[in-house]
Amino acid sequence: MDHTIFSDLESESIEIIREVAATAAKPVMLYSIGKDSSVMLRLAQKAFYPGPIPFPLMHIDTGWKFREMIAFRDLTAKEIGFELITYTNQRGVAEGVGPITHGSAYHTDVMKTEALKQALDLHRFDVAFGGARRDEEKSRAKERIFSFRAPGHRWEPKAQRPELWNLYNTRINGGETIRVFPLSNWTEADIWAYIRQENIPIVPLYFAAKRPVVKRFDQWIMVDDDRLPLEPGEKPQMRMVRFRTLGCYPLTAAIESNATTLDEIVAETLGATTSERQGRIIDHDGAGSMERKKQEGYF
Amino acid sequence: MDTLRFLTCGSVDDGKSTLIGRLLYETKLIFEDQLEALKADSKKFGTQGERLDFALLVDGLQAEREQGITIDVAYRFFATPRRRFIVADTPGHEQYTRNMATGASTAQAAVLLIDARKGVLVQTKRHSRIVSMLGIRHVALAVNKMDLVDWSQAVFDEIQVDYRRFAQELGFETITAIPASALEGHNIVARDEVAMPWYQGLSLLQWLETVPAAAREAAQPFTMPVQWVNRPNLDFRGFSGRISSGSINPGDTVRISPSGVTSRVKDVLVGNSRATEAIAGQSVTLVLEDEVDASRGDVIAAALNPVESADQFEGELLWMSQHPLLPGRPYAALIHSKSASISITHIKHHLDINTGAHLAGKTLGLNEIAIVNVSFDRPVPFAPYSENMRLGAFIVIDKLTNETVGAGMIHFALRRAVNIHWQALEVTKAARAGMKHQQARCLWFTGLSGSGKSTIANLLEKRLHADGKHTYILDGDNVRHGLNRDLGFTEADRVENIRRVAEVAKLLVDAGLIVIVAFISPFRAERELARGLFDPGEFIEVFVDTPLEECERRDMKGLYAKARRGELKNFTGIDSDYEPPQSPEIHLRTIEVRPEACVDQIVHLLRS
Repeated sequence: MDHTIFSDLESESIEIIREVAATAAKPVMLYSIGKDSSVMLRLAQKAFYPGPIPFPLMHIDTGWKFREMIAFRDLTAKEIGFELITYTNQRGVAEGVGPITHGSAYHTDVMKTEALKQALDLHRFDVAFGGARRDEEKSRAKERIFSFRAPGHRWEPKAQRPELWNLYNTRINGGETIRVFPLSNWTEADIWAYIRQENIPIVPLYFAAKRPVVKRFDQWIMVDDDRLPLEPGEKPQMRMVRFRTLGCYPLTAAIESNATTLDEIVAETLGATTSERQGRIIDHDGAGSMERKKQEGYF
Repeated sequence: MDTLRFLTCGSVDDGKSTLIGRLLYETKLIFEDQLEALKADSKKFGTQGERLDFALLVDGLQAEREQGITIDVAYRFFATPRRRFIVADTPGHEQYTRNMATGASTAQAAVLLIDARKGVLVQTKRHSRIVSMLGIRHVALAVNKMDLVDWSQAVFDEIQVDYRRFAQELGFETITAIPASALEGHNIVARDEVAMPWYQGLSLLQWLETVPAAAREAAQPFTMPVQWVNRPNLDFRGFSGRISSGSINPGDTVRISPSGVTSRVKDVLVGNSRATEAIAGQSVTLVLEDEVDASRGDVIAAALNPVESADQFEGELLWMSQHPLLPGRPYAALIHSKSASISITHIKHHLDINTGAHLAGKTLGLNEIAIVNVSFDRPVPFAPYSENMRLGAFIVIDKLTNETVGAGMIHFALRRAVNIHWQALEVTKAARAGMKHQQARCLWFTGLSGSGKSTIANLLEKRLHADGKHTYILDGDNVRHGLNRDLGFTEADRVENIRRVAEVAKLLVDAGLIVIVAFISPFRAERELARGLFDPGEFIEVFVDTPLEECERRDMKGLYAKARRGELKNFTGIDSDYEPPQSPEIHLRTIEVRPEACVDQIVHLLRS
């Protein structure tokens, strides 16, 4: 991969990020700590260089993120010096909602979707950046770069605005919001190649290492702490694994891999025979499940 | 390796989704888990029997999958060792013209699908015109389903000749015809040697890998709209934007439009590093040597080729809303980074997208295209769309709903823009009003037919006259019988009716009078237009608020009865909307308050 791809993708993303800064009343960048967020963060730094990023970053903490992710988040915020907001749905905490006790669908609904809506309302953010890419999933392929949300954060596929040229309509009425996806036209391979080219720091979980895992439904689930109840007779085993995508820990499966450097990860990604979302248990609820979640306000 | 953005057009029946699915599959962009899902989906919804239905890979939204149609623009990604591709997959039916234009607006090339059994159809011509209008110069004509015409060269040749004859008027630089079968995979990735040995040209993928991807803007003089002024502290000021044409180096002299100020480029920042050159398409931050002023929406250009500014244009307009375009109505617009208020002052003619014919028309409906004159409320830096897309494209936005309702492409500036100057007169409005011992005002009464507008207006004028004020009433009767005799009651005519009345009221206020306008004026947008003509505090909106049932009960002119019988069309409150004011200066609830008391309220406000 040479430089010109990134010039095109990078320039488009920077243009999108600047457009929001120039037009939104109170924008925020959603920061999920994953590789896409890391790329988005680097693009935001470049967009406003030599100035600081002129909006806060916000992490919706479900309470079930890998410990290494939280440590990485706090270190990154300190090193770069951006304003970091974290938010957890206290109703969910009070009810003890978690993926193991309540199932993945309910957990995601309360601790991610509902939490996000609460946080946006609390801070009155009118525009929120997300790191979603169109190549991730079928219903994302039709998503606008500027995705309009009706009051209550609902995504209505039929109410989306036509998006011509690089002219983004950022006008909204009270109660309406916009989700903006600067990485829309990036693919997974682009993300990895850019991380390598730019030497962008990422959570160590992306690199293969010996980690304690158990096999569930044919997937490797990492035992990050003692909150994961083991089946009778089940014993965590040490395996060389890494993550292609990071989410809540029992909901994100690891893959067996020996890729310990960015070069090896890029090579593995280009030769991959399964999509990265395969490790996301959320998408397996059936065709159209992502589309349904989005209509309810998920990213 | 560069990136090619291309568009595929054609109907589901032409095998478009199958073609894209095939390209993704053959370039190994389909993962095993997606293939598993495809197998399951093929059994459930597939139309290919036991075979994989590639169309299901790309038809995204659930509703579309179930109905078997593609209703939106979907973007797909694949790469070969030579190029990276972004495919805009757009629907083909006439009601989706806007979706196709959306896909075409960012594409550098187009693949037009033709069903070999059907040849060049009306829809092929429609797709070609849209592609041409949006400025795409390279097209591939993929004659698909060759398997169903026995791989016949004669059929292919006839279609090709037919198409080239038609496309002469469209200004494409290259047209490449390729016989193919997306279902069987012939001439998609590799050239087919077996079924169609008579074809010696490129396969579709070979064409995609070699068609020119560079924008023609690259070779032009430097231009860049200012998108964001980067001013983190007093020591740094940079102008950020994406270069719309040409290239820039430190030391170049630039001129800012519309101010005309010149300076020299001190630094070119690309991301977080200094560059020795930046080219069209790159996002940069320019630091200039002088402390010059420029803001978002200004354009920085090479000093020897400055960008022109104007406020009146001829252009092409595609309408994308269910609500028709109304000439004279104010809309919001965005052209490069510049926001403005615009109105369409004249529809020259419609363009029939199927036949290319010029047709007459007073309004513009969903998916219709017209050549129009458009007036901006301020001068904007621009270039003709055919020369510089980024400086010549604009979108039209409804001011109330904020929906994107139109897409425009500038042809040229009208000379009028520079020639008319408002004459500054020495005897001012204040001087005229002062001689009458009053402040000039416009009292704009709005409300349903029969709500009591005229009654209250007449009482008010008598009261003001008795106080020695100089007044005038404009109402439907004295205006519709003369000045606006040529207008009817369609939505478009109503808009024009109000526009003229507002302009007359403005002249009368300029003459120092207190003007009372009593019109139903049902649409917020027109009332806002009227308000915008006056100085702050001069315009007083009076909402005569009488419920529809009460107006209908009074029905002094028998109009409601007629409308209910269907003898009167477009009657406000019956089959035409009334949009009540959201924050009028005066709100008169006539059921609770007698007309004399209403007049008291208004007089009180005028005195305060």
